[in-house]
Amino acid sequence: MKRSNAPIFWALFGAGGMLSALIGGVLVIITGLAAPTGMGLPGDTLSYAKVLAFTQSWPGKLALFVVISLFLWHAAHRIFHTLHDLGIHAGLVARLLCYGVAAAGTLASIVALLQVA
Amino acid sequence: MKAAPRTIRIEVLRYRPEQDKEPVVQGFDVPFTDDMSVLQGLQYIKDEFDGTLSFRWSCRMAICGSCGMMINGVPKLSCSTFLRDLYPNTVRVEALAHFPIERDLVIVLDDFITKLHKIKPYIIPKEPRALSQGEYLQTPEQMAQYEQFSACINCMLCYAACPQYGLNSSFIGPAAMALVHRYNLDNRDGGRAERDPYVHSEEGVFNCTAVGYCSEVCPKDVDPANAVNINKTESAKDYFLRFLKPKGAQA
Repeated sequence: MKRSNAPIFWALFGAGGMLSALIGGVLVIITGLAAPTGMGLPGDTLSYAKVLAFTQSWPGKLALFVVISLFLWHAAHRIFHTLHDLGIHAGLVARLLCYGVAAAGTLASIVALLQVA
Repeated sequence: MKAAPRTIRIEVLRYRPEQDKEPVVQGFDVPFTDDMSVLQGLQYIKDEFDGTLSFRWSCRMAICGSCGMMINGVPKLSCSTFLRDLYPNTVRVEALAHFPIERDLVIVLDDFITKLHKIKPYIIPKEPRALSQGEYLQTPEQMAQYEQFSACINCMLCYAACPQYGLNSSFIGPAAMALVHRYNLDNRDGGRAERDPYVHSEEGVFNCTAVGYCSEVCPKDVDPANAVNINKTESAKDYFLRFLKPKGAQA
């Protein structure tokens, strides 16, 4: 019997799911509501200078990479299986599309983060 | 005071391969009393209206696992589903979903039986044991590890409930995984390495998308969804950590 390679995708899905459950909602509130409106946070929390400094630091790069890539892998896996549940069996095409977007996003985030010196 | 019998409409999905091109619905008005199950309703139809109606049954007390069928679209044991709870609505009875129909309510269960054989659902001793060594001793704690999963009666309701099995019947499925788990957890058993390749395979645990309906319909309160999900973690651990194990080591 051929061994399934699902654990790779399942592990990325699980890691992304755990991370998004823990910090996804908070991130939405901070970056989408609190920071832009200045509610509870200083108005310059997400100013260009601060965000640039964050992406220039290695802990910042790592945090952004982990959040972007794992969220993407989580979403890709969820969407792929939801398609299956909905009876859309696009097979390889759907698989390539879903996981391809996640892989491309992961690569793009690495390239972009490394370019910020 | 004994109530007079009431009459309930039972619609049965018939399939007689010698005359039906595809399954057809046939309705019967069945008089019933409060103590009558859906199975007894079908037996009434067979006795009084149409002797050719075919369905499996044996114990009438929810332990043999033979009489599973779709009752109003839900996989249920017909012996433990009562007409009084369905009245005054019409009852729709169909063969278990996701299985080929052999005749009327009788399904072809070869696929499940094959899977059952493949998972080796019996204790495989860790090492040969002589009769003189006496019986295996097990503490209540050791038994509690697997006891819940040993209640499976192979009724296949969970397969009829599982949307993934419906989409792809090569999936090992809920009951087989519950039984894999039951034997793997038994401290007398050493057969895990023999069962693992199937669990880890492309037909194995990872076809499950954690819907959980299998555990909901189980008439014996087994939790196959739990068994499947624990084994996803186990399978993933083995996938990534297998290279760190010394060659020939047991999982």
